[in-house]
Amino acid sequence: MEISPSALRALSSILEERTGQRLNEGRQWRVELALRPILKLHDIDSCETLAVRLTEPGSESLRDETVDALLNNETYFFRDTDAFSTLPQIIEAIAAHRENTKKLKIWSAGCSTGQEIYSLAMQFREDRRRWEGWTLDLLGTDISRKAIARGQEAVYSQFEIQRGLPAKHMLQWFEQRGERWHAHDDLRRMVHFRRQNILEAPPPGMFDLILCRNVLLYFPAANRSKALDWMSRVLAPDGALMLGAGETVLGYCDRFEILPGARSLYRLAPPEKHQLAIGA
Amino acid sequence: MKKCLVVDDSKVIRKVACHILETLDFTVAEAEDGSQALEAVQSESPDVVLLDWNMPVMDGMQFLKALGELTLEKRPKVIFCTTENGVEHIREAIDAGADEYIMKPFDRETLQSKLQIVELG
Ligand SMILES: C[S@@+](CC[C@H](N)C(=O)[O-])C[C@H]1O[C@@H](n2cnc3c(N)ncnc32)[C@H](O)[C@@H]1O
Ligand SMILES: [Mg+2]
Repeated sequence: MEISPSALRALSSILEERTGQRLNEGRQWRVELALRPILKLHDIDSCETLAVRLTEPGSESLRDETVDALLNNETYFFRDTDAFSTLPQIIEAIAAHRENTKKLKIWSAGCSTGQEIYSLAMQFREDRRRWEGWTLDLLGTDISRKAIARGQEAVYSQFEIQRGLPAKHMLQWFEQRGERWHAHDDLRRMVHFRRQNILEAPPPGMFDLILCRNVLLYFPAANRSKALDWMSRVLAPDGALMLGAGETVLGYCDRFEILPGARSLYRLAPPEKHQLAIGA
Repeated sequence: MKKCLVVDDSKVIRKVACHILETLDFTVAEAEDGSQALEAVQSESPDVVLLDWNMPVMDGMQFLKALGELTLEKRPKVIFCTTENGVEHIREAIDAGADEYIMKPFDRETLQSKLQIVELG
């Protein structure tokens, strides 16, 4: 079934208004496919009708569902093995400056269903003795209510659990109940989740490490800048930002600079490098 | 190029797995059961074996045990790939020396991520 240009425009603008994302050409064909379950569930005959319904009063929750369905929530455990193998070193370097407080605050922005932040939690627990006496504050945020609820629940399908997760970790950290894999409570307790839009004020506090991976690529340039700018304001002066493998800050935000020798990692640039501050 | 030996009694599964592996830049060899696979590990020296559990003649677990008794220049990594999806099977396989475990059905990302875990990705 083809989706009409006017319905597509209406749905795109709802998505953009809510999330700051723009449906690029490549994603348009998926719209109809992504919305099919909603049409079926609410007995709506077409995307056109859905677009009209969304303009009616009282359509809040239908809007939420529609936006959720249009978001790409693709994720997996230890996504990008190289990135995860450099993290312990980076975390050690930051922790070296935290001996007095013994506290680390880590934020996964755009955490989807939780695999990224739970991967990090497992990594910390692998090294249990090292982190004894430390307070590890792991936060996952996402704009999708559904994704956040799933992260909190920490129950994964067979398909999800084996994407990226070593079998040993499956055995150690999850319990199989039927076809579903439930995270153990002590893993779940290490992480908390909240709904948040990365284009709006960030969660409270300063973070030592921010992961924002495979999120910015869906945004137009101005919104990449906006999100990065917010993150630069809550990153500790000696902290690090990690983006996805194909993403960069370059050209979007001059408050960050490349962390030498590390892939996809950035640190705060000294203020004299903030060209915009001088030019503005 | 890395080489993967695909061991499965189902021709369809072998075909699918080989196709995925080729897109991941592996060369492939095939075997239909554990005993063919034992010969193939010696003649083909694969870097990794993708191993079904239930097969006629010699099953995956018997193969894994026999593999342990071979003297090979380089022991291949072993990734089980089976419809035996219970946690007790996974534990049994890992305890018997398997490096990784894939529950069928699987897709490209799953196989790719498991290959990375055994450091062949
Ligand atoms: C492709 S997933 C990436 C998940 C994970 N970080 C990873 O790399 O595997 C992108 C996530 O960003 C979320 N997202 C999109 N727009 C957002 C926004 N404005 N604020 C917060 N999260 C957003 C989506 O809901 C989705 O879960
Ligand atoms: Mg079989």
